[in-house]
Amino acid sequence: MYEIIVVGGGHAGCEASLASARKGHKTLLITGNIKNIADMPCNPSIGGSAKGIVVREIDALGGEMGKNADKSLLQIKMLNSAKGPAVQALRAQADKITYPKEMLKTLKSTPNLEIREAMVEDLIVTDGVIGGVCLADGEKITSKAVILTTGTYLKADILVGDTRTRQGPHGEKPSNFLSDKLKEYGFNVIRLKTGTPQRIDRSSIDFSKTKVEEGDQTYHTFSFDMVPQYEIDKQVPCHLIYTTEETKKIILDNLNKSSMYGGLSDIKGVGPRYCPSIEDKMVRFKDKEKHQLFLEPESLYYDDIYVQGFSTSMPKDIQDKMVHSLPGLEHAKILKYAYAIEYDAIDSRQLKQSLETKVIENLYTAGQINGTSGYEEAACQGLMAGINASLKLEGKEPLILKRNEAYIGVLIDDLVTKGIIDPYRLLTSRAEYRLLLRSDNADMRLTDYGYKIGLISEDRYARFKEKMEQIKELEETLKNNKITPTEETNKYLETIPTTPLKDGITLYDFLKRPEITFEHVKHFISLNYSDVVLEQILINTKYEGYIVKANKEALKMVDLDNKKIPDDIDYDKIHNLASEAKQKLKQIRPTSIGQAIRISGVNPADISLIMVYLKKEYFYESK
Amino acid sequence: MEDTIAAIATSLGVGAISIIRVSGNDAIKIVNNLFKGKDLTKVSSHTINYGHILDQDKIVDEVLVSVMRAPKTFTREDVVEINVHGGIATTNKVLELLLTNGCRLAEPGEFTKRAFLNGRIDLVEAEGVMDLINAKTDKARDLAINQVSGSVSNLIKELRQSLVEILANIEVNIDYPEYEDIEVMTIEMIKDKLKMIKQKIKEILDKSQNGKIVKDGIKTVIIGRPNVGKSSILNRLLEEDKAIVTDVAGTTRDIVEGRITIDGIVLNIIDTAGIRKTDDLVESIGVKKSLSLIDEADLILFVLNNNESLTKEDEEILKKIKKHNSIVIINKIDLANKINIDAIDNDNIVMLSALNNEGINDLKATIKKMFNLEQIEQEDYTYLSSARSIALLKQASKALDNVEEGVNNNMPIDMVEIDLKDAWNLLGEIIGANYSEELIDQLFSQFCLGK
Repeated sequence: MYEIIVVGGGHAGCEASLASARKGHKTLLITGNIKNIADMPCNPSIGGSAKGIVVREIDALGGEMGKNADKSLLQIKMLNSAKGPAVQALRAQADKITYPKEMLKTLKSTPNLEIREAMVEDLIVTDGVIGGVCLADGEKITSKAVILTTGTYLKADILVGDTRTRQGPHGEKPSNFLSDKLKEYGFNVIRLKTGTPQRIDRSSIDFSKTKVEEGDQTYHTFSFDMVPQYEIDKQVPCHLIYTTEETKKIILDNLNKSSMYGGLSDIKGVGPRYCPSIEDKMVRFKDKEKHQLFLEPESLYYDDIYVQGFSTSMPKDIQDKMVHSLPGLEHAKILKYAYAIEYDAIDSRQLKQSLETKVIENLYTAGQINGTSGYEEAACQGLMAGINASLKLEGKEPLILKRNEAYIGVLIDDLVTKGIIDPYRLLTSRAEYRLLLRSDNADMRLTDYGYKIGLISEDRYARFKEKMEQIKELEETLKNNKITPTEETNKYLETIPTTPLKDGITLYDFLKRPEITFEHVKHFISLNYSDVVLEQILINTKYEGYIVKANKEALKMVDLDNKKIPDDIDYDKIHNLASEAKQKLKQIRPTSIGQAIRISGVNPADISLIMVYLKKEYFYESK
Repeated sequence: MEDTIAAIATSLGVGAISIIRVSGNDAIKIVNNLFKGKDLTKVSSHTINYGHILDQDKIVDEVLVSVMRAPKTFTREDVVEINVHGGIATTNKVLELLLTNGCRLAEPGEFTKRAFLNGRIDLVEAEGVMDLINAKTDKARDLAINQVSGSVSNLIKELRQSLVEILANIEVNIDYPEYEDIEVMTIEMIKDKLKMIKQKIKEILDKSQNGKIVKDGIKTVIIGRPNVGKSSILNRLLEEDKAIVTDVAGTTRDIVEGRITIDGIVLNIIDTAGIRKTDDLVESIGVKKSLSLIDEADLILFVLNNNESLTKEDEEILKKIKKHNSIVIINKIDLANKINIDAIDNDNIVMLSALNNEGINDLKATIKKMFNLEQIEQEDYTYLSSARSIALLKQASKALDNVEEGVNNNMPIDMVEIDLKDAWNLLGEIIGANYSEELIDQLFSQFCLGK
């Protein structure tokens, strides 16, 4: 008997089982193949715009992805460093051998956590409550909670040209029956599709025809709790190339051979808008002469180079021609062909904000089974499912992050409120308050939660508190110290150059001037603070107007989110509710007025009606 | 933290006094910012205060303002009621000022809803409140369709499209920074587009049919050959409504000969110099001049004599006015019919006799129908939404000012984009576009991305 069983050892499953075990719950992680734990079946990178911020959020909550990436990176960059602080995010190339190896090491050394190789084909459900899982060989394992993180393995089909093969990534065993069982239990199962490009033998590429893309020349870590584990000068470069006219001709001439364009007639899966195959790109953007591709190293321990941007479901002979039409790849040796993969997922609107399913109590789902795409998206859901399953067993309220607190909150709210049509990828534009959800302040937003849950150690928490103290102290110092319009001061200001003073001004206000940096402030006062502390003050002064506005907007939303809708509300009893609104409300069952407003098709008048009804039936407090 | 709402509490265009009700935490503060008189934040509760509503420095109206502090008010929030001097133009202007200064237009039944939620109305009345919200919403929904004229709506759609293209470009630069083959949207590029968009918003504000009617009245020109009875018809209209103001230089650049109000909406009879003195417009200034008048007018009243057949000039004018808001008036129906009515190709033909005071009401009804005045008169929503649209447009314009300020302060483009997105959202509110995936859809249809 276990307390929590996690099904699937991908990025979601790793975070879920670690969170659960670290919180002291006896946990079993079941995976189809232990060698594939924390596997990166697609691109060899962690982070990216928005995603990099998620990795830091995972870290601040006490998750593992950030630390694990720091241990295995080949190259790292701060994206958008020329833009504002709100959109900067880390992206790293991670070694596909080291990353899983380090993760497995961590899993194996975590108390309360067992790992077992098996295929789960059914659940044990009694009176709508989960009781464990059934394995393919009929064995039953009982538990109080189950977290499904099955990735793309539910009825997975690999598509290449006109062939469809029932298998998971790398030819792994798929799960053939679990999604049918889920359907029987009452889940709406949808079919999704994604793809991955070719892997090329490094030694067969002529890199002289490519443009080198190096990592940053400053050190970075994802984790707030790690020191860099790499050497700047030993980072491994990526390479940039473009498709040629010949590539375009080959693709357009052979379009009907692609699985997606007629090669296979029975494709139901909806592919991601943001990850079209190269044939999609050629068709949709006909006028574009060339498309950008990145050659990314997968590992120091083997020779595969990942061709980012070239995902396709063409048959192998066409893929050969396509690859050989690329500059530097004329004689390339393809080690693995590109493929598309179709898989089952559940309707994410059947989930609560805690990621517990509405269909079966104590059953949680996380990652691609919920319709998302990406390692980071999966990991953060796994972490939240692990945390919330544990909290449930402890008899505590779930941890629900709000849209103004974390990208994780944005992601989960989008999933459960809006549902998905194509695989969901996080984008900064999905966040209304992205100025508040920065890479630099992920620790300030979430460490308190991580500590309260018990995933952040006392030690680390003390260091965090110290940082917060320093920020406060520096802010006060700057606000309490004024500079006055003396001749000497104004002379100095003119050298910067900045407008001379007419009246006295605090150093804090002085720093608000766009052209003023801490170097200038240090002319007037000696300061001894770390860069991270200075950075916080700098951001707060420079962008004060925008931050104040964002906070104000966010407060309005929080206020609405705090107006709870009781679980047992009967929408049929609310007269006059528009029928579209009623249908959506019954399906999604929002937990707050704020969430209800975000459902498309629910109008302000419907919200008014709900509020009046709640007041009448539940003596609802509106203030 | 409820926001502060405002709406017109009386039916419009009828009474001499209109009341605008404001409710919420900032009610007193917001009204006080527009009010010249006592400091309303300091007056006692439940007092009536005399003063003026100002638009910057310009007096909009002489008003009485009731200040009622929570909790002894209808909504149990701070409530301010502004009594303005009737007239759609003024009431609308005051509401618009409130909306641009921090109030939100109340949803249908929202005051009652708040009263209920705050415990002011008995629980037994809950069903009634829900019916009220519903009834009002249905009407509002019907009328919202007419809220913005097609041409304005199209203009706004175009502006939103220009904005969303910029936004998608900025977003794609943020979310896909590694794409070197995608153009990087720079501050410099925004500057030019911004200027264009702001100019267009200004034009919409100037031209907006609803806004213009409410603000300036309907520019009306009466044309016709001598002795067809133009002045008698004008005088009949004036008799009907004693509120004539002569020789007033209007808020428009036109010289206003006379003003007639039909149910609170002003008809400005423009540039008809001498129309009431001489009856020789066509003769004295010729067809050419009357054609140019036609182009300037919102409404053309073309008067023909029932007792005479159509001339060549008449036919030329009829052809010309077909494309405009025009009414053909066949006067002198007390005399024998000699005119060939079937030959007149116009949707609005009114038969009247100025002499016998017959058909004047038909004329008024036709004008009302033409400009949707019926709805403006009876249902506050059409009219409210026009104040709302104007306020939203102004806010959008203000957001674009903020963009400019950010640009001038060398803010990074993703900061500047916050205000840009604001402007886009505000424009969307006017035409009811609130599709949350719109930007993301644009992103992936405009740019080629993928792994």
